[in-house]
Amino acid sequence: MAGPQGTQPRTSTPLAIEAVGIVKSFPGVIANDHVDFDLRVGEIHALLGENGAGKSTLMNVLAGLYRPDEGEIRVGGEPVQLRSPRDAIAAGIGMVHQHFALVPSQTVAENVLLGLDRPRFRLDLKRTEAEIMSLATDIGLRVEPSARIWQLSIGEQQRVEIVKMLFHGARILILDEPTAVLAPQETAELFENLRALTDAARSIIFISHKLGEVLSIADRITVMRAGKVTAAGLEPEGVTRADLARRMVGRPVLESLERTKVEPGAVVLSVEDVTALNDRGLPALRGVSLQVHAGEIVGIAAVAGNGQSELAQVITGLRACTGRVVVDGRDIAAGPVRAAIESGVGHVPEDRAGVGSAPNLSLIDNLIMRRFRQQPITRGPFLDASAARSKAQTLQGAYEISAPTLDTPVRILSGGNLQRLILAREIDAAPRLLVAVQPTRGLDVGAIEGIHQLLLDLREQGAAILLISEELEELLALADRILVMYEGQVTTAVERPSAADIDAIGLHMMGGEGADSAIDRASTVG
Amino acid sequence: MIVRLEPRATAPRWLQAALTLAAIVVALAIGAVILAFVGGDPVRAYLHIFDAAFGDIGVLSDTLVKATPLILTGLACALAFRMRLWNIGAEGQFLLGAWGAGAIVLVPILPAGMPAFVVIPAMMVAGALAGGAWAFIPGILKARLGVNEIITTLMLNYIALAWLQFWVFGPWSEGGFQQTGPFPREAWLPRLTDFAAQIPVLAGLTTHLGLVFALVATAIMSVVLSRTRWGYEMRLIGDNARAARYAGINVAKYVIVVFVISGALAGLAGMSEVSGVVHRLQDRISPGYGFTAIIIAYLARLGPWRVVLASILFGALILAGREIQPSGVPAMIQGIILFCLIASDVLLRYRVRVGRPAEATATAPT
Repeated sequence: MAGPQGTQPRTSTPLAIEAVGIVKSFPGVIANDHVDFDLRVGEIHALLGENGAGKSTLMNVLAGLYRPDEGEIRVGGEPVQLRSPRDAIAAGIGMVHQHFALVPSQTVAENVLLGLDRPRFRLDLKRTEAEIMSLATDIGLRVEPSARIWQLSIGEQQRVEIVKMLFHGARILILDEPTAVLAPQETAELFENLRALTDAARSIIFISHKLGEVLSIADRITVMRAGKVTAAGLEPEGVTRADLARRMVGRPVLESLERTKVEPGAVVLSVEDVTALNDRGLPALRGVSLQVHAGEIVGIAAVAGNGQSELAQVITGLRACTGRVVVDGRDIAAGPVRAAIESGVGHVPEDRAGVGSAPNLSLIDNLIMRRFRQQPITRGPFLDASAARSKAQTLQGAYEISAPTLDTPVRILSGGNLQRLILAREIDAAPRLLVAVQPTRGLDVGAIEGIHQLLLDLREQGAAILLISEELEELLALADRILVMYEGQVTTAVERPSAADIDAIGLHMMGGEGADSAIDRASTVG
Repeated sequence: MIVRLEPRATAPRWLQAALTLAAIVVALAIGAVILAFVGGDPVRAYLHIFDAAFGDIGVLSDTLVKATPLILTGLACALAFRMRLWNIGAEGQFLLGAWGAGAIVLVPILPAGMPAFVVIPAMMVAGALAGGAWAFIPGILKARLGVNEIITTLMLNYIALAWLQFWVFGPWSEGGFQQTGPFPREAWLPRLTDFAAQIPVLAGLTTHLGLVFALVATAIMSVVLSRTRWGYEMRLIGDNARAARYAGINVAKYVIVVFVISGALAGLAGMSEVSGVVHRLQDRISPGYGFTAIIIAYLARLGPWRVVLASILFGALILAGREIQPSGVPAMIQGIILFCLIASDVLLRYRVRVGRPAEATATAPT
């Protein structure tokens, strides 16, 4: 069990880990093409790149999940063979994945013990808890070893994962998009914790595709694109967001989108005093009322699990509710999903593969999914295959969905392409209202830009858009109005939001005035 | 040297067909080894099976008679399986269909002396209704309460058999024997041999009108699945029920309707068997058609026309297998075929790479 062995100054040159000339190929792709990467002891080295750039492959190589075709990994200067995650942790490398590997019904201490060879027979939880406490205190992380996982917030669970890796002896931590699930205040707290870790001579690889965060936390930045390193070990002082974005996508990205002024029209969506239960039968919406006008984007800002997913399901007919959901004067609250579709409600669901598409069916089948009942695709009881094909062809061209053929099953599409397919389908139906939930989650900078543009174009055409997102920057860039939801209620509305409102919005997302004095810390996220 | 499996993105269509054929060949080879082991001559045995199933028009006709109930029950399973509804109850639905058809002349529901063109359609409707009603039970339980259909359909098979036995041993028994009296001629499906007076070559051929029902059902199902809105909706539900709901499809209704249609097809198979072959009710009218149907649906990869091909293969195995052994070897070969098919699926989803690991040359771990 590795304990802290005295701190080394952060500027010291010894390398914690070094990857030299890593090559890893999969059928049809070279995911890592002679990649070099190094991490100094006590630094935070950010690895930046689009989806599919090869970040995850490289990290999986370092974590022992993949074996490289070529190249060498050195830990503390010595070459190592990492055949499994067990080898990696023995070499002091621990990875915290985006999806936590915790057992909800068990305590923190029990989860920390998972994967260790101890206890041999008798479980002395009290002693383990004390050991965890002392390790955590040494490093400056707050954990409660006897708490059960399900009682903890996402941020606290993430801390448990980190403590678990440290307890297993990790001196090098790989964090895979750790902020993707966090609220701004939680992010600020994570960043403080990471700093404490590096002060205790731990070294961190921080994977992200959020430029602002990377610039604020990293000591050095490495950028990958298409399996190669495009910028190695940049100091954050010398670079701008535009620089980084260009190296990530290989072309300059317009960060601020052109927004034309659209005068909001009539009320399209009116949600009146809606209540609904979540999947576990607990109240998820407690009297929500809101309106969206034609030509307006209304953003919903909320930390995951505050009712925003259920709100989208209620409006699109997928979840039963009480109250009224009126679209263009027609109450569709009681109706089936078809009532919503026929009222012109488009829906970009949160779960693209699980709800928004049928993975093993073709592009054609997926592109006609919400309009197959209409002419000319439907003719009596028959579906016109050639009409469906030509519709799909048009959409594929217009929305630049790259796929080998129209008959390809959509499960092999990249995340960005699948999302373009879903948007193409929903926007092409010329919706009166589009409910878009996390439309850019997990996508890379280039894809996000394209999708933002599609939403703005739709707004200009006079559709009402309800945008539900956990990305505050996305809401600020797109929304005419932001509503904050907390515990199933709309708690605040911000008209014409700007970057100056980010702290206030973040605070409301955490439950309002009482929620920690995090407002000043949240500025690191900007 | 190591063998690795790598996932494939997509599998070409020819590979499916080739793997299915290869699975059958491998299964027959394994069967041959076993035959040789127990002292038989596998080559002679297989030649004999082939000869006994396809050797002349007489045995070919018998093979088709055996294939007829298999096609209908095979379609019943294939339809349900496409929606990932695991209807293991075609056997029970078959028995109920036979019972329902028999009820028309045994109760009797139609007075004696009605012409065949009234009696036979009435028996078809009764058989399909009885089979469909039997399948409605697991259907509604699944749709409304989420009850596992594998358990319910399997258990209902035993109840169906007991139900049939009650009538055959009791109210409808012929002189205390375990069977009813023979159906009147107007309740018999026409057979080829019935036309021997006009066309002498048909003499002795027992292929009956049920085969036409089976082929018509195949054609309808093929068109519905590939060309219509219902086929598309079923495809969506089968691949991702949540996406289907999102597309505005009433999934619960489909579950019930598809179960009922599946049961009706199996029920029609039962009607066709008693009206076309047995001409009376017994408790032993099925040598497990409803279970063989599961293998057939799988072998056909749920394609309606492929169900016909697979049914003829299995019809031949059932018929000609008896020439080797009344039971045992033919059933064993059926089982081995299913086993090989399921195993071959791995090759459909993964490609095999044989190679030397790159790491073997690298240095030892520290």
